[in-house]
Amino acid sequence: MPQVSMTVNGKPATGQIEGRTLLVDFIRETLNLTGTHVGCDTSQCGACVVHVNGKAVKSCTMFAAEAEGADVLTIEGVAAPDGTLDTVQQAFHEHHGLQCGFCTPGMVMSAKALLAENPTPTEAEIRDYLEGNICRCTGYHNIVKAIMAASGQDVSKIAAE
Amino acid sequence: MYAFDIERPTTVADAVKLLVASEENQPLSGGQTLIPTLKQRLASPETLISLTGIDEIKGICEDDSGRICIGAATTHAEVASGAGKYPALAALASHIGDPAVRNRGTIGGSLANNDPSACYPAAALGSGAVIVTNSRDIAADDYFQGMFTTALEPGEIITEVKFPVPQKAAYMKFEQPASRFALVGVFVAQYEGGVRVAVTGASEEGVFRWSEAEAALSSDFSASALEGLSLPGDGMISDMHGSGDYRAHLVAVMTRRAVTAAG
Repeated sequence: MPQVSMTVNGKPATGQIEGRTLLVDFIRETLNLTGTHVGCDTSQCGACVVHVNGKAVKSCTMFAAEAEGADVLTIEGVAAPDGTLDTVQQAFHEHHGLQCGFCTPGMVMSAKALLAENPTPTEAEIRDYLEGNICRCTGYHNIVKAIMAASGQDVSKIAAE
Repeated sequence: MYAFDIERPTTVADAVKLLVASEENQPLSGGQTLIPTLKQRLASPETLISLTGIDEIKGICEDDSGRICIGAATTHAEVASGAGKYPALAALASHIGDPAVRNRGTIGGSLANNDPSACYPAAALGSGAVIVTNSRDIAADDYFQGMFTTALEPGEIITEVKFPVPQKAAYMKFEQPASRFALVGVFVAQYEGGVRVAVTGASEEGVFRWSEAEAALSSDFSASALEGLSLPGDGMISDMHGSGDYRAHLVAVMTRRAVTAAG
């Protein structure tokens, strides 16, 4: 069985894989980092979004073998080592950007990728960027609000519900 | 998924060698279509030859005749941000799928797959692009040969796509909101020698050129020049998302919008 090596959340990670092992399965089952979720398994829902070399990708639609040598960031690597939440996570907490929480890891990873590209997105740009992240609880309003807040923008005028 | 091996060559020459080693081998680019297909067990390759580790087929440049040349393993996101000299092409790339899909999916993968509802085939055919492979140059007019069918031979890999830059162009997509594929997409491009109109998402034969619209627009590049022109619903894709007649109607609407957007 071939071996794959990559950096995950700043630490070296190595494991045995099959050709068909998906990146998300390597992350969840080999590394036991179960914060990255598999919602649809058909590239639609975005619960499995992680960053590979700084880019948001759906880890259910990439083979682990293709992440050889890559720098991978999962939701577990977002908060500071002492547990202090990252700006986006804190904003999701403060603005109640989640209900059941299943989609949240992917939402946070996508939001971080958006803010890296576009530090002060408009509400429309946030909604457009989240096209590949599905939430069945919140109706998205508070997620959008949280991302606006994380980017340092005034959210008082955004509809609460 | 059935079991298979993955190889990650770093040169096109090595990729071709690996690909021809068995008839059951298959190239893998961004995988945004192929991986879902494998999950459904609709494909069972012996070995997948990943093309994403081959630097020589990545990136965007301009050749001596001013064409935009895009390496086959260049992602949609890279085309969206890097093909500024051909704004309609960059805009098309920026609306494929969603951001995470655009970070993996590639132009070469899209053209090799030739999904009847994919966006890139419309850009390539609408621009009269040249599809370059490891062994030859293929004109877009000869390349697309029907739904999921292309001129590619077994063991042939797309390395680059060369787009002549038009005077004006625009792509209008009526999006199928769940899949984000084009229910109908129309690419219109005006060149010195005439106008090209390529339609995706509509025909059962895959991407095609709407010659009547091209003739009308070549003499008068305006939405009004298209008045009265329509396509029959026969031969159009008919499914739960829209009938053939509906798609035929949309082709005319999206063509007019594309002409207006191109200015």
